[in-house]
Amino acid sequence: MRLARSLLLHGALVAAATLTLLPLAWMVAASLVPAGGSSDLLANLRSGSLTLAHYDALFTRLDLARTLANSAGLAATVTAISVFVNALAGYAFAKLRFAGRDRLFRGLVATLVIPGQLGMLPLFLLLKQLGLVNTYAGVVIPGVASVFGIFLVRQYALSIPQSLLDAARIDGAGELRIFASIVLPLLRPILVTLAIFTFLGTWNDFLWPLVVLTDDRLYTLPVALANLLGEHVQDVELMMAGAVLTVAPVVVLFAALQRYYMQGIVTSGLRE
Amino acid sequence: MRRRANPAWLFVAPALAAIALFLFVPVFASLLLSFTDFDIYAVAALRNLRFVGFANYQTLLAEPLFWQALRNTLYFVAVGGPLSVAASLAAALLVNARLARCRPLFRTAFFLPVVTTLVAIAVVWRYLYHPRIGLINQLLAGFGVAPIDWLGDPHWAMPAILLMSIWKNFGFNMIIFVAGLQAIPERLYEAASLDGAGPWRQFRYVTLPMLAPTALFVAVMTMIGGFQLFAEPYVMTQGGPSNHTLSVVLLMFQEGFRYWNMGYAAAIAFVLFAILLAGTALQLKLRPLGGGPT
Amino acid sequence: MSLRAPFANCVRWLVVLAALATACAPREDGATVQFWALGHEGDAVARLIPDFERSHPGVSVRVQQIPWSAAHEKLLTAFVGDSMPDVFQLGTTWIPEFQALGALEALDSYVARSATVAPGEYFAGVWDANAIDGALVALPWYVDTRLLFYRSDLLAAAGVATPPRTWAEWSAALERVKRSVGPDRHAIFVPLSEWEVPVVLALSQDAELLRDGDRYGNFESEAFRTAFAFYLDLFERGYAARAGAGATASVYRDFAEGWFCFYLSGPWNLGEFATRLPPALADAWTTAPLPGPDARRPGVSLAGGASLAIAAHSARKEAAWQLVEWLADPARQVEFYRASGDLPPRRSAWQDPRLANDARAQAFRAQLEHVRALPKVPEWERIAAKISRSAEAVVRGEMAPAAALAALDADVDAILAKRRSLLAGASRDAE
Repeated sequence: MRLARSLLLHGALVAAATLTLLPLAWMVAASLVPAGGSSDLLANLRSGSLTLAHYDALFTRLDLARTLANSAGLAATVTAISVFVNALAGYAFAKLRFAGRDRLFRGLVATLVIPGQLGMLPLFLLLKQLGLVNTYAGVVIPGVASVFGIFLVRQYALSIPQSLLDAARIDGAGELRIFASIVLPLLRPILVTLAIFTFLGTWNDFLWPLVVLTDDRLYTLPVALANLLGEHVQDVELMMAGAVLTVAPVVVLFAALQRYYMQGIVTSGLRE
Repeated sequence: MRRRANPAWLFVAPALAAIALFLFVPVFASLLLSFTDFDIYAVAALRNLRFVGFANYQTLLAEPLFWQALRNTLYFVAVGGPLSVAASLAAALLVNARLARCRPLFRTAFFLPVVTTLVAIAVVWRYLYHPRIGLINQLLAGFGVAPIDWLGDPHWAMPAILLMSIWKNFGFNMIIFVAGLQAIPERLYEAASLDGAGPWRQFRYVTLPMLAPTALFVAVMTMIGGFQLFAEPYVMTQGGPSNHTLSVVLLMFQEGFRYWNMGYAAAIAFVLFAILLAGTALQLKLRPLGGGPT
Repeated sequence: MSLRAPFANCVRWLVVLAALATACAPREDGATVQFWALGHEGDAVARLIPDFERSHPGVSVRVQQIPWSAAHEKLLTAFVGDSMPDVFQLGTTWIPEFQALGALEALDSYVARSATVAPGEYFAGVWDANAIDGALVALPWYVDTRLLFYRSDLLAAAGVATPPRTWAEWSAALERVKRSVGPDRHAIFVPLSEWEVPVVLALSQDAELLRDGDRYGNFESEAFRTAFAFYLDLFERGYAARAGAGATASVYRDFAEGWFCFYLSGPWNLGEFATRLPPALADAWTTAPLPGPDARRPGVSLAGGASLAIAAHSARKEAAWQLVEWLADPARQVEFYRASGDLPPRRSAWQDPRLANDARAQAFRAQLEHVRALPKVPEWERIAAKISRSAEAVVRGEMAPAAALAALDADVDAILAKRRSLLAGASRDAE
């Protein structure tokens, strides 16, 4: 009975996992077979006629190395800035006293329901006024602070013992000093979580970079990939190589840091 | 005693300034924009910009294309939402089962699609859905199913996008459900077991009620995400065939950035926002019916 | 003090990061002409550019490729964002829109002093499409019009010896092909997302698509209704599949495998078919001018294609013109044709033996003498989208034809409302 149930359970798990991973496996396999080989993928895999030619084409002919660097650089920049800015604010909302703090925080959390697209059109016009259309800064700026990030940090920072902070104050430490030497180390886990969220979010973002970046030397991978699709829709295997290139870095990053990532989801999901 | 500025403001100022400047100001400007006829003539010369009151909203509500986009989006939310939540819950129950081995492995497998880049994945699925060379039809042919023109047939295009979207997202909510499941005290199951409840009754009378708050949160977030459907149809179908995958945000993008009907596009954005608010409020109101403790 | 120092430090870091982000924006040196080319033309023209740079020392060109599907929003967004390239390829139907924006440099004076560009040499319908209110604002680069591609082997197998010259002959040919290929396959492929098919049929019927100085839609006219009925018949009688966008991704494979015989398409497919079809089919397909509605009238197609325009705000207009003029040279047009398969807009370029001896291309040569410009209103793109939407709705049985055309006229009238009011305002100002 127990064995039967275990078999049933694991059968279901394996089946579901296979179905889930199949599209990704197909993507990787199709990127490795010669042009036109994806329509009979199994035959090509069995005959072992694998090739890296599509990756080669991406890097040489289509200059995707630059795009890869753009994506990485932009995601890293947004992550660095926004983690710092959100950590400052999240900590303050949790542990520092100032007039209207809780009302302000509730107001901010309420804005989580505002879809990002709502202000997109005027934001574009605003960036135009600032001369930031078609610059990296134009992509970075809207991500500088996020309500979600502040929320995440605050929930975590609530658990910092007040006595620790008070002791430091009695020792005469300034607020920023306390923040840098006591709070930041304590916040480390949630900041790593926030950093992964932000990095992945920026890496995967499509709509905004699509709108703001007009010069193809500035494109991020998703934008370049959509661009490539317009030209190479018939070149299945080449497109799959592009997809692998886009997906692989974030999958690796996730695999390395997944504990933090999962924890972040749980924290955000279990708000009161 | 001289009052010094509260240092706390220094901490929140950068974030608040950024949020105000790049979220509140644009959203407010967008509201103003939705009462004007900002279009390419206004781009050419600002004097061609006129205040038109609610004309954009009137046009919008009389525009069959908008209703079609709204229907498509509602379909995506109303059909895809519950399916997605159900898939997440099922996966969570499987992964969290007491008998399950290698839990982290399966959890990671189910979660992997979540971290992937939507655009890349949409490109992949475009080919998976190809009528003749696509993997899905090839697999279905094994069961004797005639080839389906997934993205070309108006009846199948939205379900196809929906299926991909569920595949991409169910892992996220699964994690939240797993956390919710693990928070259910073991003694409740023991008590139910003592009362003679089998696995199904335990699920029905312990797991589901205890999971209700989590499910509500998941449902609201899934709905909000669903209303923002954009990249999937943009990459896979451009809204076709016959506009059957045109979403509200895609319509907004096309009106706004393809044709620069900014006033009209802003009105679309606000109607969407109003629907989102109403939807969220409705779900929160329905909460007591779920019967769960809060 | 301890408070301010680390804070100042943080601010400094933020400023540095922000500066880095801005500094990474590409800086253009004075002599590099930015050139946006769309679709596969970008590929083709990029290969010609080294020759230009050799013959024009001191001018370098950077070509950026943009897919057609995203081109319109990219160009408009770039205009609004002040990041227009110096030279850009522009779909013929977009010219009025960018002219209304003031994005285009008038080219009359450049042409007047050019030894290379001879207006009379260009196909009249095509040249006309590039002139707005008498001013030339873009230079035709290559031409696009629609005519019939067909599988000559399938047509012969169906017992049709010559390509149809009239709509009646065409219907008869479609009927025979449909009967010969069987119920699964079709006689003609008509992508539902394309407005071009109903529009060229209407042009052949001498339909005026807009009326009263392009102020109102005119789709309930006798001429348009006749054309639309013929279009719908293609589906009603089962000649064409009611397939959607998904099927167009594999049009070459489908054509090769004989899923359809006729395909109303444009010149780019001369090249695409030649490279993508299997060698065994090399002689199994050809082209023919559009059939006329009757024996007295020729089939009229649209004057499309793409032009080269210079941005009104370009800082490098002279260098930009050098590039445009160089690309307009008949010899270059022949080279470009060979690289891209795009047909030249100048008659003299057609004397190139490759074109003169190419029967498939010659069908286009004949058609190009019977092309008309589409309505020159900035709203055309949106109107065209409405046309394909209406046509698709009727084909899919979601609307009745008469109701769809009435709705189309109402939609188009609404789209043109602002144009009407601006024109009224302009005429008041003139008084």
